[in-house]
Formats: sequence, C-alpha cells, structure tokens
Amino acid sequence: MTSARRRTRGRLPVVLVLPAVVGLAFLLVPLVGLLVRAPWDTLPEQLFSSSVGEALRLSLVCASLATVVCLVLGVPLAWLLARGDVPGRGVLRALVTVPLVLPPVVGGVALLFVLGRRGLVGQYLDAWFGISLPFTTAGVVLAEAFVAMPFLVISVEGALRAADPRYEEAAATLGASRWLAFRRVTLPSILPGVVAGTVLCWARALGEFGATITFAGNFPGETTTMPLAVYLALETDPDAAIVLSVVLLLVSVGVLAALRDRWISGPS
Amino acid sequence: MRALALVVLLVVAGCGADSSGAEVGGAVDGRVTVFAAASLTETFTRLGEDFEAAHPGVEVVFNFGGSSALAQQINQGAPADVFASAAPANMTQVGDAGGISGAAVTFARNRLEIAVPKGNPAGITGLADFGDADAKIALCAEQVPCGAAAKRAFEAAGVTARPDTLEQDVKAVLTKVRLGEVDAALVYRTDVRSTGEVEGIEFPEADRTVNDYPIAPLAKARNAAGARAFIDHVRSDRGRAVLAEAGFDTP
Repeated sequence: MTSARRRTRGRLPVVLVLPAVVGLAFLLVPLVGLLVRAPWDTLPEQLFSSSVGEALRLSLVCASLATVVCLVLGVPLAWLLARGDVPGRGVLRALVTVPLVLPPVVGGVALLFVLGRRGLVGQYLDAWFGISLPFTTAGVVLAEAFVAMPFLVISVEGALRAADPRYEEAAATLGASRWLAFRRVTLPSILPGVVAGTVLCWARALGEFGATITFAGNFPGETTTMPLAVYLALETDPDAAIVLSVVLLLVSVGVLAALRDRWISGPS
Repeated sequence: MRALALVVLLVVAGCGADSSGAEVGGAVDGRVTVFAAASLTETFTRLGEDFEAAHPGVEVVFNFGGSSALAQQINQGAPADVFASAAPANMTQVGDAGGISGAAVTFARNRLEIAVPKGNPAGITGLADFGDADAKIALCAEQVPCGAAAKRAFEAAGVTARPDTLEQDVKAVLTKVRLGEVDAALVYRTDVRSTGEVEGIEFPEADRTVNDYPIAPLAKARNAAGARAFIDHVRSDRGRAVLAEAGFDTP
C-alpha cells in the first residue's frame, strides 16, 4: 500500500512532464523576451512620468470597478444558470460565453450600436437624461465588464454545479428562505470559485484593449488605460511601449500573487 | 512552400513556352508579395487584379497594415518584394536598415478632409468648429501619421482642437463618424471617398496636411523583376487613374 502510493507519487511520467515543460516555456519565454529587451535604465524615469501614472491609475480603477459590476451582476447570473429552472438553460449558458469568442473590437462596436449616441438604448439616455457613455470613463468600465464578465460567470457557475445542493436543501428544510440559504450556505461554500473568477475577471479587464478603444475611445486621463497607451507608444517609441508593458506586468503579477496567497490556499 | 513555388514556376514556365512572345512582360512570373499601407487596400487590390490580368501566371499577394507595423515586419525579415508606405518616415526606417533596393519614389499624395455624419447634424463648417467644447470630435492620436497631419492643420489655422477621443488609426476615426458618435473628425480624403455614409468638407489649411506615399522594391525581394513591374504598373496611367478615382493626388 505504502509502496504503491510512493510509486504513484514518485516518478513523474515523461509523457506529461515533457509537454508541461514545453507549455510552461511557451508561456514564459515571451515574457522573458520582454524583460530582456526592457530599457531598465530609463524605467524609473518613465514610471514616474505623469502620463504613465495617469494611465496606470485609470487602468486599476476601471478594472476594479468593472470587476465590481461583474460581481454584482455575474454571481446572480451564474446562480440562475446553475440552479434556476429556466427553460433553454443550455442556450443561455452558450450565449453568456459569446463575449469570449467575439473579437473585442466587434464587442465594442456592438456596445456602440446599443449604448452609443444613436444606439438602441443610448439615444434615449442622451435625449432624456443627457447621458452619453462613449468617450467617458464609465464607458471604459462598461466595455471592460462586457468582455470580462463571462470569465466570472463560468468560474462561479462551475463552482455552483460542483457544490452539493443537499446543503441548500437541508437549510431549506430548517426554514431558511432561498436567499438566506444562498447567502449563508451556498456562497461560503463556493467562495474559492468566486475568488478565482474575480481574479480572472479583473486580470482580463486590466488587459482589455479592443472593446475599450472602440467604445470608449482614447483620451488621456479619461479613457487611456495602460493597454491603449502601450499600443500608441508602439507606433513611435517601442522602448516606451515595453516599459509600459513591464509596469502593467509587474503590477498585475503582484496583485494576483498577493490575492492567491491571501485567498486561494490550495494544497501546495 | 518551396515545393509550391517550384510548381508555380514550372506552370508559369510551361505557359510561357506555349505563348512565347504573346505576353507583355515576358520576364515577369511567379508570385509578387506587396506590403502596403492599409489606406491603399481598395486601390492596390484593384491594381493587383489588373496586373495579374496583364501578366498571366503572376500572382500578387498583399499584406495590408499600418505602415509602421509593416516597416517593422520587413526589418524583422518578413518575405516581401515591394513596400508601399503611407509615410516617408516608415520607408526611411526600412531604408536605414538597408532594406530597399534603389530609391523610393512618391507615387501618390493624400490630404486631410473634415468628415461629418450624413446631413451634418451639428452644422460643422470648418476647422474652427473643432475648438467648440460642445461638439463631439474624433482625431487620430498624434503618434500616427493622420494625427500628426491634423496637428499641422490646427497650427496653421490657429485653432485649439478639443477632441473627445484620439483614435489609434484613421479607420477607427471614420467608424466613429459613420456611426454618428462624433459630430466631426479629420480623416484622409480617400477615407471620405471610400464610404457613402459620411460627408466631406474641404478646408484651406489642408495644404499643410499633404503626405507622400513612397514605394520601393526591397533588397531581399525573391522576385525582383516582378517587384519592378508592379511598381511600374502602379505608376502607369492606368494606375494613376485608379489612385485619382480613390481621392489621391498623383504626381
């Protein structure tokens, strides 16, 4: 028994290890390339230039707000998909993932068709309330939330479907309403899934480019997030683009690593 | 890939033997790979079809994109025979790296025009309206050529533009006008001509926004004869007519 266990734990099969190492290298080598090419001597100077700070601050604020929007709307949506008795659930589930496969630029155009100044809904927002979303920071948040929400919904829904519904049923037999059972029983049990989904969602929102520049445009301090700044810097000054990318990289890896240690305490 | 090229060559050679002397450019065969600025997409696609019709057995392959991205691709060793850039600066990038064979020539010029949505709902008349805080304005970012040209126009007009967005390329600006999201924008005259959904307004300071389109055969061309023939075709009367129809000035 112990020797069998040792054997399954001991030698790692080459058929798994070899592709795993290639996969790791495939993901990490471009990163190394970026770090090697980075002009480290001008990095601090670039980092503290006002435009970089502004773009970074805007990126962090917008990605965080978009994540809040996704949490508020996405967790209930995931619950509905996993537990609700809605007809055509399979179709709904597929539709929710549409922003994943849609090129983000197309997503941005679609948002313009709906929320733009002449959009299906946007024309009334403009006429009745004087609200115009394109070219505003709120537009950035919306574009990021649109692209990032499926990541959260899929993670949370997966966690919900893996969770044992009998705990909820037990809570119900003890007199808890479904809302109370969701809050006190379901949510705590799927917390790791929610946190993982939140992290993915935030990371996707932070790197969002296509939908943002299409729907919200690009104006420094208003809608120029880091990815937009990187793209434009690449036109004239590749070194600056690399610096911006490295900054974005360090910040996101730092935040994700901190979150992992704090929240996702898996077996290590 | 090499096998395919060989097959193409054999087929072309066979055709040449059948119809020897009947072709206009007998020396031209095989595949000609052209890297061209995105703003040349419509015109060069047409010119490529003409060229293929005039030279049976020749295939013209295009890679359209931003001039700076194309210049970087060529400098990184992308296989191309001809480079047509929307700005002399990008041609210079390739030339400095020893990438062009001979000298680049200017084959077209473009200039900016004001683009407004159909019916001009905001009543835009000239560059002065771009300083109006109430008007929604889209411009190219200064880092891209159309943005640099717009900056020169505003300097010449003495107008401080108040844009709502600085887009990453001119087609993105055009999209914002087509969708009616902005009241006015500055795009190239060829962009206005390319769609029936926007109206163009000319302005006197446009003379300051003219930019040259250079074209050159590349030093590492696999099909040097094809490259020269294609460039001659672009600069022929027929080529100039197609370019002029699209809104370019031809020198």
